[in-house]
Amino acid sequence: MSQSVLLQALVYLAAAVLFVPLAKRFGLGSVLGYLLAGMVIGPAVLGLVGEEGQDVMHVAEFGVVIMLFLVGLELEPALLWKLRTPILGLGGLQVVVTSLALAGLAMVAGIEWKPALALGLILAMSSTAIVLQTYKEQNQLGTPAGQGTFSVLLFQDIAVIPILAILPLLAMQPAAAGEAAAADHNLLASAPGWLRALALVLAVVSVVVLGKYGMRPIFRLVARSGLREVFIATALLLVGGVALLMELVGLSPALGAFVAGVVLATSEYKHEIESDIDPFKGLLLGLFFMSVGAAIDFGLIRENPLLIAGAVLAIMLVKTAVLLVLGQRFTGNRAQNVTLALGLSQIGEFAFVLLSFTNQNGILDQRITSIATAVVAISMALTPLVFLLNERVIQPRLGPPAAPEREADAIEEKNPVIIAGFGRYGNIVGRFLRANDIGTTVLDFDADRVETLRQLGLRVYYGDASRYDLLHAAGASQAKVIIIALDSSERALELVELVRRHFPHLRILVRAHDRPDAYGFIEAGLTDVYRETVDSSLRLGVDALRLLGVRAYHAQRAARTFLRHDELAMRELAAVHKDRKTYFSTARQRIQELEQLLHFDAANENLREVDEGWDNESLRQEAPPAPSAPTAPQTPVV
Amino acid sequence: MARILIQFAHPALEKSRVNRRLIAAVESLDFVTVNDLYEQYPDFDIDVHREQELLLAHEVVVLHHPFYWYSSPALIKQWEDLVLEHGWAYGRTGNALAGKQMLNAITTGGKQEAYQETGSNRYTIQQLLAPFEQTARLCKMQYLPPFVVHGSLRITDAEIDAAALRYRELLTLLATGQVTEYATLQTPVLTDLAN
Repeated sequence: MSQSVLLQALVYLAAAVLFVPLAKRFGLGSVLGYLLAGMVIGPAVLGLVGEEGQDVMHVAEFGVVIMLFLVGLELEPALLWKLRTPILGLGGLQVVVTSLALAGLAMVAGIEWKPALALGLILAMSSTAIVLQTYKEQNQLGTPAGQGTFSVLLFQDIAVIPILAILPLLAMQPAAAGEAAAADHNLLASAPGWLRALALVLAVVSVVVLGKYGMRPIFRLVARSGLREVFIATALLLVGGVALLMELVGLSPALGAFVAGVVLATSEYKHEIESDIDPFKGLLLGLFFMSVGAAIDFGLIRENPLLIAGAVLAIMLVKTAVLLVLGQRFTGNRAQNVTLALGLSQIGEFAFVLLSFTNQNGILDQRITSIATAVVAISMALTPLVFLLNERVIQPRLGPPAAPEREADAIEEKNPVIIAGFGRYGNIVGRFLRANDIGTTVLDFDADRVETLRQLGLRVYYGDASRYDLLHAAGASQAKVIIIALDSSERALELVELVRRHFPHLRILVRAHDRPDAYGFIEAGLTDVYRETVDSSLRLGVDALRLLGVRAYHAQRAARTFLRHDELAMRELAAVHKDRKTYFSTARQRIQELEQLLHFDAANENLREVDEGWDNESLRQEAPPAPSAPTAPQTPVV
Repeated sequence: MARILIQFAHPALEKSRVNRRLIAAVESLDFVTVNDLYEQYPDFDIDVHREQELLLAHEVVVLHHPFYWYSSPALIKQWEDLVLEHGWAYGRTGNALAGKQMLNAITTGGKQEAYQETGSNRYTIQQLLAPFEQTARLCKMQYLPPFVVHGSLRITDAEIDAAALRYRELLTLLATGQVTEYATLQTPVLTDLAN
């Protein structure tokens, strides 16, 4: 038994390891890789996994739960409030209009209105897992299309609850065995309505309260123990617990996890939780996609090829058309709107859940359910291809403004100074320049930081400064100066190359993390290189000298002399820093010189920087000899 | 042709009306070097070596500055303290500047009448500039009558233009060695365009 579990795990892992990198290599994205891996190991091709695929899918749904938790973590309540219009407007309209349209289509196909409406509601869902994962990989969540997509998906996740409530009303025949199966997951399935509503409210409130007041002390305690794996376990426990609680009261576990994530979004452990459970999300989602791939019933498809192909095509067209009409007002851009509409054209994983629910409750018959399941799986498998089609074929044809594959913020201002990187260094420079009425265009690659800075009321644009189009949009051709304060010196050097090649008129001022970094920049031919610690270290040194009784002006000038010589020595050493022997001998020599210089050695004639004008030994020597000691007043000798 | 070094010092040049125009009028002359001290040494950290080389390379030194508190802005004083070293500019072996000429080019807020023994400032410009004159003497230099623009607070644009033109003409006289002509033009009546 345990051996077979291990064997299964090996099959899944091997398939993932084999197919996902291959898919990525061909530019297909990881989701398609997982789906292909699933199809190959599934009953259709190798048959390595069979019926158990269903069980695996159930476990793997936890990946979707974790994903929504992580999405929630990144959305602070304030941001969510800002998105309320697209969530309710675009998301709500999409669910209603798409459901009705698809129901109509089903009725045309000869299905009665009740099951048709049920089908419409089920098929209106889109795949949170695939779409969000793809957008995340392509870094597109911040674009208008990304925001709209997210809003629609979020609304769908919320809509699952009322849909689960409505579906039983559409039953054609009384539920038989279904009731018991549903009760497995939902303790309150048979409880009266008011009790269910109360439990629902209680569950959500307890998640919010626990997240806000309970989890922080627990995380603090666990973090203090220093055991990383326990921290990870705590995070997983939290997600799992919330998911289970939600399932017990009949809510979507993914939605519960999302709420928990939002509640923790302002917590100081946000980033730690995020990075700790992110790998689990990836693996579980992968497992989920593989089980979808494995679950595709190729036998059924072979029997009804035209019916299924037609259904997939018709449904995806209807879903796209609805969003093409609805989305225009929300994205305000044709290219973005097409991305939004096509991106959500598939049917989502919630459909599997809803289909098995409707089947159990006798709303849809077995044949429709199986065909619909195949349709859902195929439409999900087609999604990565639709993304590719949109990206490679459709978007380029929509002409300008061609949406870059990683849309950055639109930048409206043109300023004389561009600052790349607004971390602890860049932001001081930027604030100083702004305080002096110098316009600065700030680019930063850290989305969190951008968000925080915006909340502080600073204008900061999210984007990768080492991309030509973004730099161009930031006004690099009109600007005079670019200040590079990126955290990584490799990226800074890339940016230097880019600026040199495309905007040679820009004066480059670069922050160097330390001396080796500085050598790299000097070697690249930059003259304005600023080591971030030098000036503040010297200020501290000056204060130390003063505390030890050295006069302030003297201490200050000593620091300036030191800095001047250190800069000279650095430039000299940059030329030889790769030759360790010369480097060390030169460095030793410069250090010695500098120390001598600051020793105020009167005998050292080469070093004139020191106060010769103010304290001149030569003047003393040349001065006429002091009058001989005044003769002591005559005192009577007694 | 004598080369002229203008040691220019104005701590708030961006607010200056007169000095900016005066400098603009002469900096294009090819025998003139303008050494903007506040631009060069914003932290008063004077490069003595560079300054001495500059002095050696010119025959006439113009200390050009607004007349603050009957003297120069602080950086000119710092420059004197550090650059005019004993044994180099003065003293038994200090002959580096011997024979060169020095003068002040100044702007004053007050009118010329104020700089009279009977005026509110109680001393004439020449009397107030005595420390500079004596500094030049100690360095074995010839001290020339100053170029003064009075009443810089109220002066009109046309008057500034006239003063700038005159500054340019006088420097040209000095560069071409017409020191006597320069001196007669300057003494005893100082430029007073603002009346």
